Amino acid sequence: MSRYILGRIASTGLVLLGVSVLTFFIAHVVPADPVLVALGEHAREDQIAAYRKAYGLDRPVPEQFIVYLGRVVRGDLGTSIRTRRPVGEDLREFMPATIELGGAAWLVALLLGIPAGILSAVYKDRIFDHLSRLGALIGASLPVFWLGLVLLGLFYYRLGWFPGPGRLDVALSPPPLRTGLLLFDAALARDGAVLRNALGHLVLPALTLGLFSTAVIARMTRSAMLEVLYQDYIRTARAKGLQERRVIVLHALKNAMIPTLTIVGISFGSLLSGAVLTETVFAWPGLGRYATASAISLDFPAVMGVTLVVALLYTLVNLGVDLVYARLDPRVRYE
Amino acid sequence: MVVVYALLAVAAPVLAPHSPVDQFLEQRLERPSRTFLLGLDQLGRDILSRILYGARLSLVIGLVVVALGGVVGTAVGVTAGFVGGRLDNALMRVTDIFFAFPSLILAMAIAAALGPSLTHAMVAIAAVTWPVYARLSRAQALVLRRQEFTEAARALGVSETRIILRHIMPNALSPIIVQASFNMGEAILIAAGLSFIGFGAQPPTPEWGVMVSEGRDYITTQWWVPTFPALAILAAVTGFNLLGDGLRDLLDPRLRRR
Repeated sequence: MSRYILGRIASTGLVLLGVSVLTFFIAHVVPADPVLVALGEHAREDQIAAYRKAYGLDRPVPEQFIVYLGRVVRGDLGTSIRTRRPVGEDLREFMPATIELGGAAWLVALLLGIPAGILSAVYKDRIFDHLSRLGALIGASLPVFWLGLVLLGLFYYRLGWFPGPGRLDVALSPPPLRTGLLLFDAALARDGAVLRNALGHLVLPALTLGLFSTAVIARMTRSAMLEVLYQDYIRTARAKGLQERRVIVLHALKNAMIPTLTIVGISFGSLLSGAVLTETVFAWPGLGRYATASAISLDFPAVMGVTLVVALLYTLVNLGVDLVYARLDPRVRYE
Repeated sequence: MVVVYALLAVAAPVLAPHSPVDQFLEQRLERPSRTFLLGLDQLGRDILSRILYGARLSLVIGLVVVALGGVVGTAVGVTAGFVGGRLDNALMRVTDIFFAFPSLILAMAIAAALGPSLTHAMVAIAAVTWPVYARLSRAQALVLRRQEFTEAARALGVSETRIILRHIMPNALSPIIVQASFNMGEAILIAAGLSFIGFGAQPPTPEWGVMVSEGRDYITTQWWVPTFPALAILAAVTGFNLLGDGLRDLLDPRLRRR
């Protein structure tokens, strides 16, 4: 098991190095003039010369990469043209909001997607299965940005059931900053009003963001359960007279969760992608909205900073999934 | 569904009652009626005509992305699987690196580096989708290189390049075709997303994502303005997903046996 863990950590390290190479390539090699992209079209000659010197852009490309890597390792992701602050500082400010939204959406996807997939497989070809599969198909094909607009328009504007865009009503003061996770900080500060309001603000964006992953997880769980339910050992368990519920939960589900786990890890990536659009619609002050605003302003250091950090996060989550996968499936450890 | 979509897209100039940029300003934001079946947008443009022309655009986007990503990915994957060894390792590590990025994030970064335009958006989307083709075709090539017909070709002195092009690639196509179908829908969705945030097609191009973005302020009042383009996206992407499901069921021997 430890050999497998070390192997996965080593290959994750290589992937992270590769991620740095690719972001460097996009930032420095792809644009016609990376300095103008970094500083904007209206930069003065002296600013351009100073930037070139500071970031070694007059040196050979391999040397530039070493300088870039050194800065990234030290946490220096450059300075945002738009906010005029270090990109690292911006990311630290906006990341908790995305983690909170992404976590809530992931929870929605797991709590809705896995049971829907299991029931769909157990009641294959019945009404629930057809409706669930139709729902999953639509969920995987629907533009998330339009869904967000509809939910906001209907449940906030028309019906008034949920609060509007943003993380908290303007009239309420945020709790003292501890983690940046509003729900957590409000709970720590025992501020019930802020906690309830923040939860209310989280519902619609979490449902919007979680829909695509719910659909993917439901489809995968159904497929995995059907594979397992046709296996001989399931037939044996039934022949032995075990209750159907025990057969499904104790025997089928555990093995069906193994391929589903891979999809759960991959769905984290689609949550990060979807956050870009969801946060824009709900004015959610997270990494996605920061990335969009930066991209529109051609704030390149900020865009590349977000890209790099998001890729790092996704890679680490997938490493975690692989390690849990190895724990569940002994065949993986001994390959 | 896909056939209907393709026919509508191709026949748009004939079917569309108006040009996608013609404006009827006195009737702007008019609700769906007999004259304008899907209503008019905020600049008085016929939404039905813009959706039909947008269908052409989305079809082109899908085809370009699939062609670009599919050709590059399949070439890389088949080469990696057939040659094996260090080249296989190196190429698969490269695909791992691309897989480390959530697709819209990487597409946005590349589109930002190249500049906001539809062409750049298509290149960016192809850049995030080629790794899947590489993985699929590599898996096929690993199996096919051990087949007897490959050994026979080698024994006859056929060059490795010719074996890859004439024997491996044509036989590796089944999962590629299935993936291409799913990829068409994915490309349309990502392109619409990029256009929604301003990276991709630019106004007044009748691209569906641009139309939803321009109509977002009217969702609670003139709901038809952002909704009909969104439903067009839903219909197109659903069609390609269903096609992919159907092709997979048809071509996967394990599923056929059940």
